[in-house]
Amino acid sequence: MIEFNDIKKGFGEKIVLDGVSHVMETGKTNLIIGTSGSGKTVLQKCLVGLFEPDDGEIKYDGLSFTDMTEEERKQLRQQIGMLFQGSALFDSLTVEENVKFPLNMFTKDSHSKKIQRVNEVLERVNLVGVNKKFPSEISGGMKKRVGIARAIVLNPKYLFCDEPNSGLDPQTSMVIDKLIRELTLEYNITTVINTHDMNSVMEIGDNILYMVEGKKEWTGNSEDIIFSKNKKLNEFIFASQFLQDAKDMRMMQASGDIGVTDAEKIK
Amino acid sequence: MKFFNHFGRYLLLIKGMFSKPENAKVYWKEFMHQCNDIGVGSLGIVSIISVFMGAVSAVQTAYQLTSPLIAPSTIAQIVRDTVILEFAPTLVSIVLAGVVGSKIASELGNMRVSEQIDALEIMGINTKSYLVMPKVVAALVTIPMLVIIAMVLGIWGGRLAGDASGILSTYTYDRGLNENFMPYNVTFALIKSYTFAFIISTIPAYYGYYVKGGALEIGRSSTTAVVVSCVLILLADYALAALLL
Repeated sequence: MIEFNDIKKGFGEKIVLDGVSHVMETGKTNLIIGTSGSGKTVLQKCLVGLFEPDDGEIKYDGLSFTDMTEEERKQLRQQIGMLFQGSALFDSLTVEENVKFPLNMFTKDSHSKKIQRVNEVLERVNLVGVNKKFPSEISGGMKKRVGIARAIVLNPKYLFCDEPNSGLDPQTSMVIDKLIRELTLEYNITTVINTHDMNSVMEIGDNILYMVEGKKEWTGNSEDIIFSKNKKLNEFIFASQFLQDAKDMRMMQASGDIGVTDAEKIK
Repeated sequence: MKFFNHFGRYLLLIKGMFSKPENAKVYWKEFMHQCNDIGVGSLGIVSIISVFMGAVSAVQTAYQLTSPLIAPSTIAQIVRDTVILEFAPTLVSIVLAGVVGSKIASELGNMRVSEQIDALEIMGINTKSYLVMPKVVAALVTIPMLVIIAMVLGIWGGRLAGDASGILSTYTYDRGLNENFMPYNVTFALIKSYTFAFIISTIPAYYGYYVKGGALEIGRSSTTAVVVSCVLILLADYALAALLL
């Protein structure tokens, strides 16, 4: 569980985070959503320590991250995996070497044991036969999966994903979302996802934090979104007529005005 | 004000390099990789420059020493001393600032922009130590070696050109090389090469590590790194000459 209270962060005159508080739950996919410039990336970077908040407290399973020494943070970070927007794979290393890198750095396992673990996680993210390829030789979706494999290779307790679906087609996005969801449940990880993708919000949003101009605007899950009366949230989530219609249909379905089979027919 | 800001951050980068490695074996591998990139990778260009710089200085010195009162072996002495004192350490370092410096700055800049440095930080790795220190140590090990090679090749280039153009025989050249030789000159050249190696590795590392933006900024920081390194090499060259000679 990651808990943060009253997080404030500014750059010069500009206040990016203005007292955000929330709890990211273990074994759930916790989503941070919001328009561009709402502060979600800065919040995520504060949570992992890439930015230092101006004020507020961050706790990882009760341990104050804000008060930790650099050495204590280094220890904690070995329990954190992160998938970056651009995957952030080391381009001079092969897929296998990329995934093996954290093992080389932090374990004293034998080479064969490391390779076994690398193959295990690559298989888990459905990547087989690409071990010797370089990041430039694989597709965007594959890069994301290698990024996930590298993030989970040390069995982390916390997984952060920054825009995991950016630049991917809807089908591949679904595969990545499903994979993140499965891994979260399988390893009981606290997963924090920063996203714009409405499919992700509806499909894997167990615990959603919606941010507007650096402040918490709304929290809930994907079901709650449908029935939310929050105007800003509705404008953001159901921006297109298509999504608005889908929402109306779900609401009618829930209120009994339209049956499941009718809804299927409309689909 | 901007200067102090840069200088402060540069010092923090240097300070950040000195921390206990997470895994000494991985650091050693990275150090060897950098030795290969910086040292072996620059050997070709250093060799070509050195031979020609020695050859040209032999021919041009002979052109200026027209007096029959000056012994031809003096040409060898002048070539030897200019190559050891100035050409090998300074000229080679300026070339290396371009070759090695731009590579270091663009490599780290690209890693910064593509979030690879952030990825390392998240893993709990001290990026200043892992990414910068092996480069600096490799430069401190290999650049003085390159300078020594440049000295030998430069003097040999002068010998070759002197003989080929009929200015002085190899026997006279070799005799000249042994006259009035001051071993301190080599020590001085090595002190210079260590100083320049530090500049060549740390300044581009600083500009690459802190780059912000995209491809354009990486190019810009690379150019700035090379320019600043060259200026600092020249300033250090003068300062060391004034202090140690």
